[in-house]
Amino acid sequence: MTFDFKMDQPQPRLLDSTRQGLIGTDMARPEGLLKVTGAAAYAADHLPEGCVHGMLVRATVTRGRVTAIDEGSIGDIPGLLGVFHGPKFIRNPAQGMAGESPIRPDTEVHFHGQPIALVVAETFEAAREGALRLAVTYESAPAEVDPETASEVESDEPDTRGDWDDAWGKAAARVDLTFRTAGHVSAAMEPHAAVAEWQGENLLLRGALQMVATNRLELADALGVEPERVRVVSPFVGGGFGSKLGIGPEAVAASVAARDLGRPVRVVMARQTVFDAVLRRTETRQRLRLAADADGKLLALAHDDRISNLPGEGFAEPVSSASRFTYDALAMHFAQEVARNHRTPSGSVRAPGEAVGMITLEVAMDMLAQLLDIDPLDLRLKNVATSHPMTGQAFGEQRLADCLTEGARRFGWADRPAPGTRSEGDWLIGAGMAAAARPNALQESSARVRLTPWGAVVETDMTDIGTGTYAILTQIAGEMLGLPAERVEVRLADSDFPRSPGSGGSFGASSSGSAVFMAAKGIREKLARTLGCDPDDLALQDGIARGGNVERSLADLIDGELGETATVGPGKTAETHASAGFGAHFAEVAVHRWTGEIRVRRMLGLFDIGRVLNERTARGQALGGMIWGMGGALHEALEHDPRTGHIANRDLANYHVAAHADVPGDITADFLPVRDDHANPMQSKGVGELGISGSGAAILNAVHDACGARLLSIPATPDKVIAAMEEG
Amino acid sequence: MRPFDYRRAETLDSVAEGGRIIAGGTNLLDLMKLQVEIPDTLVDINRIAGLDRIEPQGEGLRIGALVTNTEVAADPRIRAGYPVLARAILAGASGQIRNKATTGGNLLQRTRCPYFYDPAMACNKREPGAGCSAQGGVGRMLAVFGTSDACLAAHPSDMAVGLRVLEARVEVRGTDGATRQLALEDFYCLPGDRPDIESVVQPGEIITAVILPAPVAGSVQSYRKVRDRASYAFALVSVAAVATMRDGRIDHLSLAYGSVAPRPWGDDAVTDALVGQAPDAGLFRRAADRLTAGHTPHPDAAYKLPLLRRSLQSVLHEVTGLSEAAIGTDKAEAFA
Ligand SMILES: Cc1cc2nc3c(=O)[nH]c(=O)nc-3n(C[C@H](O)[C@H](O)[C@H](O)COP(=O)(O)OP(=O)(O)OC[C@H]3O[C@@H](n4cnc5c(N)ncnc54)[C@H](O)[C@@H]3O)c2cc1C
Repeated sequence: MTFDFKMDQPQPRLLDSTRQGLIGTDMARPEGLLKVTGAAAYAADHLPEGCVHGMLVRATVTRGRVTAIDEGSIGDIPGLLGVFHGPKFIRNPAQGMAGESPIRPDTEVHFHGQPIALVVAETFEAAREGALRLAVTYESAPAEVDPETASEVESDEPDTRGDWDDAWGKAAARVDLTFRTAGHVSAAMEPHAAVAEWQGENLLLRGALQMVATNRLELADALGVEPERVRVVSPFVGGGFGSKLGIGPEAVAASVAARDLGRPVRVVMARQTVFDAVLRRTETRQRLRLAADADGKLLALAHDDRISNLPGEGFAEPVSSASRFTYDALAMHFAQEVARNHRTPSGSVRAPGEAVGMITLEVAMDMLAQLLDIDPLDLRLKNVATSHPMTGQAFGEQRLADCLTEGARRFGWADRPAPGTRSEGDWLIGAGMAAAARPNALQESSARVRLTPWGAVVETDMTDIGTGTYAILTQIAGEMLGLPAERVEVRLADSDFPRSPGSGGSFGASSSGSAVFMAAKGIREKLARTLGCDPDDLALQDGIARGGNVERSLADLIDGELGETATVGPGKTAETHASAGFGAHFAEVAVHRWTGEIRVRRMLGLFDIGRVLNERTARGQALGGMIWGMGGALHEALEHDPRTGHIANRDLANYHVAAHADVPGDITADFLPVRDDHANPMQSKGVGELGISGSGAAILNAVHDACGARLLSIPATPDKVIAAMEEG
Repeated sequence: MRPFDYRRAETLDSVAEGGRIIAGGTNLLDLMKLQVEIPDTLVDINRIAGLDRIEPQGEGLRIGALVTNTEVAADPRIRAGYPVLARAILAGASGQIRNKATTGGNLLQRTRCPYFYDPAMACNKREPGAGCSAQGGVGRMLAVFGTSDACLAAHPSDMAVGLRVLEARVEVRGTDGATRQLALEDFYCLPGDRPDIESVVQPGEIITAVILPAPVAGSVQSYRKVRDRASYAFALVSVAAVATMRDGRIDHLSLAYGSVAPRPWGDDAVTDALVGQAPDAGLFRRAADRLTAGHTPHPDAAYKLPLLRRSLQSVLHEVTGLSEAAIGTDKAEAFA
């Protein structure tokens, strides 16, 4: 049986009355033991019989043409099998959900570090040595690499609301700031890897990928084969953060070489290649304008930005995304410029848009509060949007004000000392806050659930990139079918399974979870019929079904197995209602009065994510997001060579993510009990990226509170902090 | 990584037969993987007897070249008499790396200039005469003192700054078996037009020990490392200080600066002008100004001058007791 479900209207809150007691608990990841014991096989852990090794070669010019690849230059390395390049090779990873091959530039080079060839050998060492020796000659062409001076700049009509001049003109206070953010890299622990194996005309690709259904289409398109001939599997992924949304050069190159050699080929990117060749987050320059009346009511809000990408790449960081609906203002204005340049192309990195845009909005709000001499908390509370200001839609559920007030209470916001009055030795102490917001969406997703006398088997091509998919799908199926977690098996990330959107945009849990939920609901209805009761009266717990005064074990009720495949997708509620996650961040920091070093001492985040599916994995996501936001505010920066545009800090010793010592011991993330009835049948919302939204702003606002330095460029490294302190 | 020969040296004499010394390998192996270093032969010195001990020598201590960074920092004699060295070491790298890193290897660790690490970019340190990509490139971590047109790279060691401020000497054994001892400023070479030559250690020679003089009695010692994150990052700048006070005046003072030059830096004129003076904020400010006057670094590294001035003033306040010592918000230290 299969059926389609469209989210056209709110659904009963079934998970509030089911009996198994699994949903929402802090159940540990069922695959956790495999992971911590090293038994979980990630893509590169598979070495099929006869597997050989490939190493990617990067371009060392920024733009131009490869005129010769001299295979002879490698010399006689024992075990060398071949050098591969040519028209099937892709320039860079596909953008998320592209479903078709990225640009295949053949001999053209569009950025320094572009993968241009694959050297394959019997051993990893020989392949690496061959790749380092390979002599490539180029004809180079001039290339622009600076987004500020780019001659090709694209812009669309701004999105606007209201009469800007009028609103701006009558304001009592105005903020007009320029904010700069550095480029970021996802920096997943597992480097991008692929093992390609042809069985006749059919390709099996084991990859480190977030979205196997579209990855399969992208790979098939790049190779010029029918998608039916390609199977992509990716059951364990060591972090994605957007960098594994699309098929990558390693997968295409491995597939090309494997076909030619008639042997499986494994390609793992060197860490430096991950930096060079995987989509980065663009640097941004943002202008943020706020105008308010004397009471702090916003009159005008404008968020304009300039970002960059390679010519031909469609992705544009949605910098002002959350600025469009967090607060209400009479007049609003959002404009974006995309500077075309020849840096490593940009794409989705965790919380595209909010990670860099919300920090700007929330720093501006802090400045406005200061100008008006209003408590930053009150300023926000006065301006929380009650419906989506740009679309007029009602919110499915919007608990921003509750997050702000309750978060403030838990943090002790009201008791904080006046700005600039607290110090411990040479450390100046301050507190700051910010709001969080990020759109939520239901994406079309399918899952198959089979109930057998043993228990339930769930199959979907959804991935688990460390986020906890195995856990939550186990919980949803177990909860709906009245089974303990041990009697649910979840099988993921195989493109032969029912199609899901995969992991991205924080929509994975709600979308794939809703499909499992609906499939299980279908099974419940069948069980009720067999039992002879109304589905509403059916109670399932620990393998026992009860209803209409009858009690039977599930095993008795099932003849063989009961299967259901459900496809869920967005419906009318997506038009009538806006859905988004919300939250509030509070931070306490210490700033060294001499050196400008910042130490975060305390962080508290309180979020509205609808129904919490798993307390532990949700908290992990929220904390990880808050820490990521800290990293963006304080540490992370891609450094581009001003001549070639290439990324100079190409490893994790020089590209700084937050280290353990940066994370305060006193860090908490918590959730309000919320149900968003318009979001999906489970009333849940996305969490993965929400924690990032605004977290860095709370820190920067705390820095200002501590020492008076207003940081308008991130990361706020000591050089910038002392410069700002000397100014302020 | 290029294929190479591997030889295990059992005695100091056999080191003289040549080949590239490997101790902890935490720096050398990384560079070999990137083919920044392409030695034909590795000589593993880890089995040579007698180099893995800290022993009294005169009134001071002799630290064998194979003593790990972790062992030095944990040694009670070091912690009592030379706390600045323990603090400098613990401010560096990570616990895992310090467990492996040796005293000799730490001294000879190579720069972190990104262009040195990237064989696609010209670097005079890698290949003399090839050019310096840091000129006109990115350079937040570059040196501000002691550079040349050929090379702007900084020496990244924290430990070496601690050793310099303690006036330690490095013992080098020549190919003829004779040893010589050098002060840190004489041990390291400035780049000039041969930035590939970083120290006086010649092929076939080996660092056998570092010799610490008698502890400075009654001294206050400090190591202040400023970095981009709380732990596991190289210094932007660092300041090491050893001071004693008498009758309200600075009696003895030693200062050294890290990550600002191709070697741990010192400036006698700055130090001399402070000795005999009563601590005073204005005095410290003038000393800091003097330290950085007349230098025009790479634009990306220009911030190091004000940052160094501020760090020096902060440390001088601390070691002379002019203001309370900073309270331990620095968790990286608590981690040690
Ligand atoms: C990620 C990372 C972060 C780091 N952060 C810091 C930091 O913050 N601060 C810091 O100071 N350091 C830092 N380090 C560097 C670390 O301290 C050095 O790698 C380490 O001290 C080198 O010691 P080793 O014994 O491993 O040297 P090796 O790698 O074995 O050798 C280094 C060099 O010294 C030579 N050598 C070794 N022993 C001798 C000897 N006895 N005589 C002559 N030559 C010898 C070798 O030939 C080689 O050229 C970091 C390293 C890494 C990888």
